[in-house]
Amino acid sequence: MSDLSQPTPEVALARRRAAGWGDLVLRQPLAVSGAAILFCMVLAALLAPAIAPIDPLFLDPLRRLRPPNEINWFGTDQFGRDVFSRVVYGSRVSLIVGASVAVLSIIIGLAIGLVAGYVRWLDVLVMRIMDGLMAIPGVLLAIALVSLSGASLLTVIVAITVPEVPRVVRLVRSVVLTVREEPYVEAAIAVGTRLPLILVRHVLPNSIPPLIVQATYVCASAMLTEAILSFLGAGTPPEIPSWGNMMAEGRLFFPIAPRIVLLPGIALALTILAVNVLGDGLRDRLDPKLAKRV
Amino acid sequence: MLAFIANRILSTIPVMAVVAFVVFLLLRLSPGDPAAVIAGDYATAEQVERIRSQLGLDLPIHTQFVSWLGRILRGDLGVSIFSNLPVTTLIAQRVEPTLMLALSTIVFSILVAVPLGVLAAWKANTWIDRAVMVFAVIGFSVPVFVLGYFLIYGFALGLNWFPVQGYRSPFDGLGQFARHIALPTLTLSAIFIALIARITRATVLEVLSEDYIRTARAKGQIERKVLFQHALKNAAVPIVTVIGLGIALLIGGVVVTESVFNIPGLGRLVVDAILKRDYPIIQGLILLFSFIYILLNLLIDITYTFLDPRIRY
Repeated sequence: MSDLSQPTPEVALARRRAAGWGDLVLRQPLAVSGAAILFCMVLAALLAPAIAPIDPLFLDPLRRLRPPNEINWFGTDQFGRDVFSRVVYGSRVSLIVGASVAVLSIIIGLAIGLVAGYVRWLDVLVMRIMDGLMAIPGVLLAIALVSLSGASLLTVIVAITVPEVPRVVRLVRSVVLTVREEPYVEAAIAVGTRLPLILVRHVLPNSIPPLIVQATYVCASAMLTEAILSFLGAGTPPEIPSWGNMMAEGRLFFPIAPRIVLLPGIALALTILAVNVLGDGLRDRLDPKLAKRV
Repeated sequence: MLAFIANRILSTIPVMAVVAFVVFLLLRLSPGDPAAVIAGDYATAEQVERIRSQLGLDLPIHTQFVSWLGRILRGDLGVSIFSNLPVTTLIAQRVEPTLMLALSTIVFSILVAVPLGVLAAWKANTWIDRAVMVFAVIGFSVPVFVLGYFLIYGFALGLNWFPVQGYRSPFDGLGQFARHIALPTLTLSAIFIALIARITRATVLEVLSEDYIRTARAKGQIERKVLFQHALKNAAVPIVTVIGLGIALLIGGVVVTESVFNIPGLGRLVVDAILKRDYPIIQGLILLFSFIYILLNLLIDITYTFLDPRIRY
């Protein structure tokens, strides 16, 4: 008969998992709450029609600038549109822009950074170009790009990606420069491994953890830039409800109805905070060297 | 020393060349005919033609770049399409509010953030430390314009301590100037304070574990001197670095803050120009901001060699 005091492997695994989750909450309460807030935001964005049944674009001239009531939880704006619906739908724009810019700039930055870090003659040229791009204020470059190529969600995403890429390139390059001096890379070269294989097998895995951390920061910064562009009038087209657009349109009525400006502002700040806190938690876990420095 | 400084100055030339090239390309990259875009939907063919020749768009592209670069190097940023005034004149008219806002923000941020960071490091892992760090994360996450509206709501509309919007020159009376610049400065400082306090805490914490700190304490040096003379002095380089990096944030923040508080500075000038597609102003101001960024970071690199004589490149 087996010893009953010893749990079966399945039970042990389940216990370890439960302990792992509890442990995570205890050790990184901020990061976990950030992830939870973000999860709710994603849920709200996906289920927007169910959560906010009033059409965010529906104009009701008879119900303009109403204070919060049982139909319009956050009241209505100067055109009689439901502010709650618009805030809920606004999460879609921020999340789409944040995620797309993060993925795009990581992919582009990774490709350029790997090549720059490994091909010496290209390195100088590429890094000078990146230094130049980084010297141009990102917000200004993005507004100029959007305004020159016409506002649409796609141009906003591309315009925000351009100033983010150099930062990713720098990060990837610095990883490449450290990894290429490692004995195992030297060994790989010695046995005749070709360059593409070295990059994929040795350099790439080393750059993944810092890149995941960087991706969260890029995402937060992209959501911020999108809101700034929309707020300044050169971002997401005004007919799409985004938090920046709502604040821009509501600012004239700020003294009468501050909630039209403040509520989307709170949603924006909360989302960016959640992503940043999640990023800090990931950094502490995935990239201890960086965590020590900052 | 001189060789290093000369070297560092020379290294900015390729960066500035890239900036100039990107700024030049901005106009050419836009789809369609830039002259037609500037002229608007209701322009006649002659008006489009006039703008085209005014901008030199009818010349081959390399000729355009060379002549444009030549004019930039002589300090000629061109003429605004809409107001017909030289861009340099427009910049000169608008530079004061922006400069005042930037200076007051930098001074205020450093005065608040450095003691806060030192305090957090000194009281590491206590509730004071945690409060400072939570504040830093929040300060870094709340967008400039969101914070601006909350401050207007609380301090201008609610308590009526400060005016809601506008700007007064310090040359027309310091009291009014201070009342008008207070909220914008507070708004723009939050992110800077967060950034500087965080790095100050991290580096001072590192320095506090050094042997010379133990020596200083062992010989009976008072704690204030240990913190501010021994620890802070040795933590100066990363703090100065982060202030340099923050210049980029500051420039972006100035543009937004000026819009929120209706301050007639360079930020408003560039936003208005972008919305109206006044290319010479857009190009001139992006060049100017990038140039300031490069110049300030150059100065910071040079101050390293004074702060830490071991640093040579």
